Order: sequence, then structure tokens, then C-alpha cells
Amino acid sequence: MSTSVILASAFVLSFVALLVFIWSQRHGLFSRDSTGANVIFGAEEIGRAEEPAVTSTAAHALQQQVNRASGKIAAPASASDLRTRAAADESSTPVVFFMFCAAFAWLLVATAAGLLASYKLHEPDFLTQHAWLTFGRVRTLHLNAVAYGWAPMAGLGIAMFVLPRLLGRPLLGGGFAMLGAALWNAALISGLASIAVGINDGLEWLEIPWQIDVLFVAGGLLVAVPLVLTLAKRKVEHLYVSVWYMACALFWFPVMFVVANIPGLHRGVEQATMNWWFGHNVLGLFYTPLALAAVYYFLPKVIGRPVQSYNLSLLGFWGLAFFYGQVGGHHLIGGPVPAWLITLSIVQSMMMVLPVIAFTVNQYQTLEGYLSALRYSPTLRFIGLGGLMYTASSLQGSFEALRSVNAVTHFTHYTVGHSHLGLYAFVTLVFFGAMYFIVPRVTRREWPYPRLIAAHFWLSSIGVAIYVIALCVGGWLQGEAMLDAGKPFMDSVSVTLPYLKARTVGGALMGLGHLVFATHFACMIFNLGPRRIGATLLGEAPAGAP
Amino acid sequence: MKSESRLLIGAMVMLGFAASALVVIPYVQVANVAPTSGMKPYTSTELRGREQYISNGCLYCHSQQPRAASLAPDAKRGWGRASVAGDYAFDTPHLLGTMRTGPDLLNIGARQPSVQWHLGHLYQPRAYVPGSIMPSYPYLFVIKAQAEPGDVVVHLPEGNAPAGKVVVATPEAQELVSYLLSLDRTHTVREQES
Repeated sequence: MSTSVILASAFVLSFVALLVFIWSQRHGLFSRDSTGANVIFGAEEIGRAEEPAVTSTAAHALQQQVNRASGKIAAPASASDLRTRAAADESSTPVVFFMFCAAFAWLLVATAAGLLASYKLHEPDFLTQHAWLTFGRVRTLHLNAVAYGWAPMAGLGIAMFVLPRLLGRPLLGGGFAMLGAALWNAALISGLASIAVGINDGLEWLEIPWQIDVLFVAGGLLVAVPLVLTLAKRKVEHLYVSVWYMACALFWFPVMFVVANIPGLHRGVEQATMNWWFGHNVLGLFYTPLALAAVYYFLPKVIGRPVQSYNLSLLGFWGLAFFYGQVGGHHLIGGPVPAWLITLSIVQSMMMVLPVIAFTVNQYQTLEGYLSALRYSPTLRFIGLGGLMYTASSLQGSFEALRSVNAVTHFTHYTVGHSHLGLYAFVTLVFFGAMYFIVPRVTRREWPYPRLIAAHFWLSSIGVAIYVIALCVGGWLQGEAMLDAGKPFMDSVSVTLPYLKARTVGGALMGLGHLVFATHFACMIFNLGPRRIGATLLGEAPAGAP
Repeated sequence: MKSESRLLIGAMVMLGFAASALVVIPYVQVANVAPTSGMKPYTSTELRGREQYISNGCLYCHSQQPRAASLAPDAKRGWGRASVAGDYAFDTPHLLGTMRTGPDLLNIGARQPSVQWHLGHLYQPRAYVPGSIMPSYPYLFVIKAQAEPGDVVVHLPEGNAPAGKVVVATPEAQELVSYLLSLDRTHTVREQES
């Protein structure tokens, strides 16, 4: 039997299986009934905005916008609902706070390493005397500090905060997650140190030596313990879509990480396909679901309006789970790998358009009529823009997998631009937004300087816009020059120089934004700055709730 | 969705699909493919050089996978024929790479067989390729007033060596170059392998 027949039949079979599976999970997929979307609200709470990131005056203005959009005055939430939520928030506070502190530290480390790497790429004789500062190592330190430091610490911290709220009870076993996070950070410190001294496994995204990876696995498993314990004792009947994303991310990651790091198992070209199965899935099945979970929780919560097409969000979930896993092969188009594998990955990359459209329609419908709320809520602004960038980066990625586009963009800075559209403009902005919501709940005070939030937003979004546009344009020109046999290779290098410099400028703006954010966070922790009366902690919480 | 176990089983089945397509089937198909004819295993010096290649992050700017003429003019640039799975039979970890900030290196040993060129180019790439953005690697060399017996002195183009001193290659630099010279997959590929 030829490979194409095997491929076609496997594809049809799995596609049918997917449909049956979704059907069995959820009867009435396209019904208008979507009570599941309401579980993030208490009784009568729909229509009530929750936005701890703003001052009480701004919160009042936000509520007025929401009232106007929904056409009715929201009733205050019931005391028992607020008490449950307050207990949920309190239970997760220590572990969330710890993970966020780590996330801030890694954000700054990663920014410094990234900026240095970017600068070195157009100033190649800068700081060359020390091996650990050479481009190849600094770039790798940047990637690992983002991939195993900033993104998981922020994303897991957010998950730890949201899970007890969604499961209707205090977090169980938070101490395990705390220990897990401590192990995880210890592993990352040793991992980065080993990369800096030149010991690494030689695979992109999997550089940290496998001996250290054992610690990551132990840490990751411990972080998953409270999820399992709290799920088992949950007080709600329906599992909200954010729980799906978070729970699956927490289970997918360890499996992928273990399979990818088994020493001595993977060889030659097979190791390359495994490398991109992991490298792409860590984005698609770990960071992306954590960020989407945050969007699906915070966006409706802030504006007090349930997700409009809840069933569509479920379709989006299973679509992502099925298609995303198989797209990694497009990193090897034109490479020495079996042709069927490339074709499969291109097909599934295009199929990713489906879940992405499902998400986009949902986001649009939910925000429709509520756009004025963006002016009042920093959480919404970061998450709204981040969600939009999910659509942008996914569509860009799908088309990048097409052979004709890939022939130009593969091997160029275009790919780097694309990855920052995904991991920064989407994932990181969403995490920023969620953190603006969560930190006041954790530190029990409001952000002291609202203007710093605005500065952070504009620095980060303008910075990443410059970054992505510069690298996509520069990378495209680089690819075109490389495809032109009449031009010497050096033309493909010199054409990128202005764009590489622009990237450093964009990166510097983003870095400035991070400094602003970290300074603001430090003000929160150390109780600096004006302390306003009437902080918006849990809305009109009655006595008894903090 | 009311059952977390069904959710997680479903999620793992999805990941299983992906893993079988991208990991298990390739493992069966190509993990133990025979080396292309004429290939020799790396020597221990070359393997130590390969470690240098990895630890200094060369793979982040240089691919090792020339593409077919139908896709890109790699062969016309002298980078060699499209590679096949057997070309990587001795490569663990694989170093296929994802970027061409610099040129493809799978056949650099055939294209540029001069040890002196490579050593000098590592010391200062811009002495050989004007406009290159490759980092210089001075930490792989020692600057001495005078060469001692057994030293490998790097003969740099006029004006690139420190005045009155000699540049001597460390063992790491020599190993790295011996690995680069071993990169030669120009031997022919039998039809059934391509």
C-alpha cells in the first residue's frame, strides 16, 4: 500500500473519529443553549463588571459602560457567591504570588538576554571576549528564560488563581504547587547556568541537559497535584472551557517533555521530526491553551457578559487539540524527511484556521457593543489585543506552512517575527492583562499608579509592532534574496541589517515596558505609592469577605 | 462537559495521534536508516569539535540541510545536493537547523577545505567576508608574543592580527575546524535513497 493511501485513510479515519468524539462529548453542538458559559458568574451576577486593576472611580465608570451596553442595571452579587470567591482567591494567594515573583524575575532576565542577542546580530564584534556572552549562548538563554521561566510561571500562576474560582472551592494542596514551582525554578537556574558554560543537549527548545530535566518533570508533576485534588472535590457540576484548556495543558506538557528528553532514544532525522513535534506543541499545547483559558475567563468576567457562543468555544478546544498537535512537521519542509509527514503537517496547519475562526467569532460576539469598556479596563485592553493577535499569528502561521510561502520564509528572520507575534503579542500580552487583574487580589491593594499601566501597554504594544513588522519585512526580503541564484549569499545578509536594527529598537521599547511593569509590581509588594481608600477588592463585598 | 476523566482521556488520545505521526512512525521509518555510501563515522576529535559547534550555538544561524533544486538554488550556491535521511546516520543530536543567517554548512568541508581559512575566519569573520554578521570568537584563540613549539599559528590577512603578536589556535578551535572539515556529503546517493 502506498504512503498516500495510508495517509488519506488515516486522515479520514481520525477526522471522523474527531467528529464522533465531539458529538459524544456534547449533544446539541450548535444549540443556542449555553448555560455552561454562565458558570463563571454567581447568581444574578451577569452584567456586573469585575476589574480589580483599576481605581474605584474608574471601576464605577466601567460599570456604567457595561450597564449602557447591556441595557440594564446589574444587581449586586449575592453575599454567598462573593464569599465563595473570596475564599477561592485567598486559598491560591501564596502559590500565585510566588509564581508571579518568579515570572517577573525571568521576564527581566529574558529581556536582557534577548536585547543583547538582538544587538549583537548587527554589531557582531560587541562583547566577544567571553564565551558565555557569545550570540549563540545569549540567544539560547533568552529562549529558555522565556520558554521555561516567564511563560510557564506566569501561565501556571494564572491557572492556580483561576482554577479554584472555576471549581467553586478553595484550592487543595497548594503547598505541592509551591514546592513544585520551587523545584522548577531551581531546575531553570541550573539549566541556564549549564547553557552559559556551554553544556547543552544541542536541540532547539530542548537545550537543557536531560539530567536537569528530571527536576522539571518532578516540579511539573507537583504543580499538577492541586489541579487533580481540587478537581476531585469540586463544587460545580459543569467544567468551564477554561478548565479544559488549563487541565489539558498541565497534562500535555509533562508527556511531551518526557518523550522529547528520553536520552539515547531519538536519532538522526527522526530526532528532527520529534524536535519539531515538541517545539511546536510546547507553543500550541502548553502556552496557547494557558493563554486561551485566561482569555475565556477574564474577558467575559471583566465586562460581566458570558461568552456568546459557548458551543463554538468547545469546537475551538477540540479543534486545537486535534489539529495543532500534528503541525510541527512544517518546520522541515524541504528537509530530508518523509514526504507524507510534510504533507500531513501542511494540511493540519491549514485546518488550524477552523478553531482559530471559532475563537475569533466568539471573541467578537462577546465584545460586540462593549468596546467602550476597553477605555476603562487595563485587563481588557491587554487581553483584547492579545486575543486579536492570536488570530493574527495563527493565520500567519497557517499560511507560512504553505509550500510556496515557506520556500521564501523558511530559514529567515520572518520565522522569528512570527514566533514573537505568537508568544509575545498573543501569549505575553494576555498574561500581562491577567496579572493586572490578579495582583490586586493577591496583594490586597490596588495598583498605585494607573498611568504606569498605560505606559506599559503602549510601550509593549508599539514595541512588539515594530519588532514583528521589521522582522517579517526583513525576513521576506532575506528569503527572496536567498532564492535568487543570481545574487551572492551576502546580499541576503546585508538586506536585513536595517530591519535587525529596527528590531533592537522595538525590543528596547518592550524591555522598557517590562521595567515599568516590574517597578509597578515592586511598588505593590513594598507598599509604595499612594494608597487609595475604597479599593475595588471584590466589588461591593459585604462584611465578612475581604 | 461534566466528566474530567473523559476530557483528559480525549486530550491524551489527541496527543497520541500527533505523537504517532511525528515521532513513532518516523522512528520506525528513518531512525535506523543505513548511512549513505561512502560515509564514515566521526573521529573522536571531530566529535569534540561537534560539541564545540553545539555549545557555541552555531546551529542557530547555520542549517545543515541543502534543499532540492525545485525549492531553492542551494546546489547553485555550492551547498550540495539535497540531503537524504542516510546523511545523518551518525548525527546525534541532529543539527539540521532552522535559520540561514549564515550559509548552509552540510558540505562546508568540501567547499572550503583550508584549515587556515577556517581558523582565521573564526578569529575574525570580517577579515575574510566583508559585511559578515557572524560573531568573532577571540576566546577560542590565545594571543602570544611569540609562538612556542607545537603551536598552531593563525596566518591572518594583513592588518587583522594584533601588532607584533601572534594568534594561536586553542585545541577547541582546532577541534571545531576538524569537525567543519568533516562536513562533506558530496558522495553520490543511490537512486532508491533519494
